Amino acid sequence: MGKLKVTIRWVFRGSVVLLVSLAPAQTKNVCVDCHAKLEGSLKVTAEQADAHGHKGMSCDVCHGGNTQDEARVKAPGSGFRGHISRAQIPELCGSCHADVNYVKRFNPSLRTDQLAHYHTSVHGVQFAKGDAHVAICTDCHGVHEIRPASDPRSPVHPLNVAKTCQHCHSDAALMKPYRIAATQFADYTDSVHHEAMALRGDLSAPTCSTCHGSHGAVPPGAGSVANVCSTCHVLQAQFFDESPHKTVFAEGCATCHTSHKIKHPDDNFVGLAAGSACGDCHTADDESGKAAAAIHDRLQQFESQVSRARKLLERAEQSGMDVAEAQVVLGQASDALTKARVRVHTARLARVNTELEAGSKSAAAALSAGEAAMKERTFRRRVVLVPGLAILAVVFALGLYIRELERSEEEDRKSGEQDDRKLAA
Amino acid sequence: MDAAARVQTWIDERLNVGELLAPLREKTVPVHRYSQWYFLGGLTLFLFAVQLCSGVLLLLYYRPTANEAFESVQNITNHVQFGWLVRSVHSWSANLMVFCAFAHMFSVAFARAYRKPRELTWMTGMFLLFLVLGFGFSGYLLPWNTRAYFATKVGTEVAGQVPVVGHTMMVMLRGSEDVTGATLTRFFALHVAVLPAIAIGMVLLHLLLVQKFGTSVPVSVENEWEQHPRRRKEMKFFPNFFLRELIGWYFVLGFLIALAAFFPWELGTKADPFSPAPPGIKPEWYFLAQFQTLKLIPAKVFHMDGEVLGILGFGLGGALWLGLPFIEVLLGPRGARYVRVGAVFVLTYLAGMSVVGYMAK
Repeated sequence: MGKLKVTIRWVFRGSVVLLVSLAPAQTKNVCVDCHAKLEGSLKVTAEQADAHGHKGMSCDVCHGGNTQDEARVKAPGSGFRGHISRAQIPELCGSCHADVNYVKRFNPSLRTDQLAHYHTSVHGVQFAKGDAHVAICTDCHGVHEIRPASDPRSPVHPLNVAKTCQHCHSDAALMKPYRIAATQFADYTDSVHHEAMALRGDLSAPTCSTCHGSHGAVPPGAGSVANVCSTCHVLQAQFFDESPHKTVFAEGCATCHTSHKIKHPDDNFVGLAAGSACGDCHTADDESGKAAAAIHDRLQQFESQVSRARKLLERAEQSGMDVAEAQVVLGQASDALTKARVRVHTARLARVNTELEAGSKSAAAALSAGEAAMKERTFRRRVVLVPGLAILAVVFALGLYIRELERSEEEDRKSGEQDDRKLAA
Repeated sequence: MDAAARVQTWIDERLNVGELLAPLREKTVPVHRYSQWYFLGGLTLFLFAVQLCSGVLLLLYYRPTANEAFESVQNITNHVQFGWLVRSVHSWSANLMVFCAFAHMFSVAFARAYRKPRELTWMTGMFLLFLVLGFGFSGYLLPWNTRAYFATKVGTEVAGQVPVVGHTMMVMLRGSEDVTGATLTRFFALHVAVLPAIAIGMVLLHLLLVQKFGTSVPVSVENEWEQHPRRRKEMKFFPNFFLRELIGWYFVLGFLIALAAFFPWELGTKADPFSPAPPGIKPEWYFLAQFQTLKLIPAKVFHMDGEVLGILGFGLGGALWLGLPFIEVLLGPRGARYVRVGAVFVLTYLAGMSVVGYMAK
């Protein structure tokens, strides 16, 4: 027993020594030792999660100096640069990020054209002219807490890009000299794109940089708007190219949909009713106006057919009927409606009708399946009346039989008792 | 002598059926203020028979493979003549059977009908209740729909938490590390072959014991009858009590058909093992109390895994409940009172937790 205790004690001691020797050594950084105690922009702590720090880079990569020896931090020959001015930042960042061989050592898939793009951007061009107000790398990425764009805490993560841009672009005073409106962020937050991004968490939905670019940010020229939108809305763009609007819409897609405050278009967006886009240019007297009104009416008619079938199938399903197959067919009709809505961009009734005619068959089939399901439901409810009535009749007969049986048993018992009494007497 | 009488005589000459049935003719059922609880056992038996008949009919069209199970049930519901009725009756009857089995068990517990000499009757009844739950668990997966798939996944995972043998038991149930087509085949075999074979044997044994020891009378009624012997009333089992049972069975059959017509059992969507579990997945109502308890137990209780502790607790609870007649004796003169308090607690706990589980999101 004693030997066992000694052995356990030595195993424990050995484990402690092993664990201590395996513990990662703390990297010394004398800059942080002092800057952690400072306040404001000079405060830098070891806890700040910076992508560069994670790759083993230290303060000296940007600021120079000696991070290991407190006495030689700013010593001559240590390359100490101290504070880096805004004017130096793009080139300083680019000194590494534009160096293909250097970047490859850390992340081979990381782009190295950011600085080149920046030079072509409105920000970069103005910066080159000596404008100190335009955005530079640190304005968007931060300073000592730079995180990869895939990190949701990063200011350049898709969910945060619009907020990052609005720091400057919602500042009317800052934007005034450039004659840029400061309403883009407010407009964007009211758009279908923001709804998809912020409310539904769809990171593929467009944010500022999707249309304007990030490092090479420029407003797309009027002629390029359709090209920008078509990167996602491919079919709409193809149909738009076939339409007569292609040559006359100076702002492309934005002519009807606007640029930042893009709303979810419904069928009333087409036609001549109040609030429609077509009504801005066409009237009920011109042929195109009539075509627009006809497209609107046809879409509405089909939509109500699909909606009627959907409601019927829902009712049947709530009644316990299996309408899974009919719902697949209804899905085909809904798809046809979606495709027809996309074809609205051709501005031709015949093209819209092609889709709707194919979908009409599916909608009619779904409607008829729904009617059949409801009919079957009624049949099932009526058919149970037959066994129900039969059961009631049997139960009634059994009740009568039991009463009769027990009455005769009671009479037998009483007559038996009388016989016994007579015999006893 | 008419033809029926001649046939009866022919059979009696060879098998002596009259002698076999004599005990049934002699059997009586006590008549008192709690007599209506005696119908629960017969009702459970009737629902078991409904399950057997409707199950055999479903077997004609059901296909137990992951690729065909859902479609075959869909076919039964939509295309087979009166298939919708048979499937819905089978599902509703299963739930009513579980309910009746529990109600029967609690009525026996509260009436203390497990007292000497009926300990074995109680134990065979408890085994039958476990078998009924096994039927419910194995049958739930068979339509291979999303809810059933994920509920089975959770259920078998719980089984996997049992110390020492848990993982082996889970793999044996599933047929692999995950719920797959192999699980469906195993559950099918359990549901239509293994469990029915055991259950039929157990039902016969239970009925034999009921026949041997007769129907128990609650203690309060027994005392009353001892003081006032003239109040003692009995009814012949056959045909008086049996005909009354028959009326109950007919009512339940009508109720089942009405449920099937007005509230058909839904099929849902086909199980997709690669899709994420839908939110708020729950087991059937009769496993809700256990499920909710496991959800509420903290991850760690006194350095022990909360889930393991919960499962061990249920195992111990089930074992204690099985041995109720012996525990009452072990507890001495106050045993009956403790057992009654325990039964009230168990019933309140199961009902309360089931309601909480049903309401929980």
